[in-house]
Amino acid sequence: MKNEMSVEFSSVSENESFARVTVAAFVTQLDPTMDELTEIKTVVSEAVTNAIIHGYNNEPNHRVTIKCTIQDEDFELTIKDTGIGIGNVEEARQPLYTSKPELERSGMGFTIIENFMDSVNVISSPNAGTTVHMTKQLTKNKTVCK
Amino acid sequence: MGLSALFDVKEDVLIVRLSGELDHHESEALRNEWKEKMYRNPVKNVVLNLEAVSFMDSSGLGVILGRYKEVLQLGGELVVCSVSPPVNRLFEMSGLFKIVRLEENEHYALVTLGVAS
Repeated sequence: MKNEMSVEFSSVSENESFARVTVAAFVTQLDPTMDELTEIKTVVSEAVTNAIIHGYNNEPNHRVTIKCTIQDEDFELTIKDTGIGIGNVEEARQPLYTSKPELERSGMGFTIIENFMDSVNVISSPNAGTTVHMTKQLTKNKTVCK
Repeated sequence: MGLSALFDVKEDVLIVRLSGELDHHESEALRNEWKEKMYRNPVKNVVLNLEAVSFMDSSGLGVILGRYKEVLQLGGELVVCSVSPPVNRLFEMSGLFKIVRLEENEHYALVTLGVAS
């Protein structure tokens, strides 16, 4: 069965926890393991934080959109902003790279996303925004019934 | 859920006990409070107790790295204790354990810093 969900919210940091809890609640249908749930919540937190701090420069009057699709054990997640975009996506994805060292960013956001998801595709253009599309296959048959 | 931070000073050690979720939203207030405590107390080392932290992302790593640099300036050490498996994984992934020491619990972390609690 295919099931979809999308949610749009203001680019304020209060919504980071809202976003990860919302996605986690939706994914619960797939009966994820605790590890999978933590991974998904972390990834949502990273991508939404990037949208707010980098995409929108911490300006609260913009929108972040999340779209989730689940089908069988496949989970697809898209997190989108219409902010300033990333000039060099390759560079941004490097571990420890940050465009805002003055904010004490660790530069590990994309690295964590790549570790926790099976595929990560970043589409970005300056002044048009950034879309991060990710997929993850959840483990099957956690409850063995014989 | 949010984050709460409790600070305690024992000899030259600042103990930071966190509980809840440490994300970008919570990290800014934590950074300010933590910096203030380090500035106002004659401390050199920090013990960061993460026992009650239920969620952390790279913003939390950023705050810890920032304080690590300050502790280095003071000639001290930052010791992390009581980490959950997910937080442990995040630290492993980011290489944080290469620069901060991990101890099993707060008591033992204090002992290694010469504080008999």
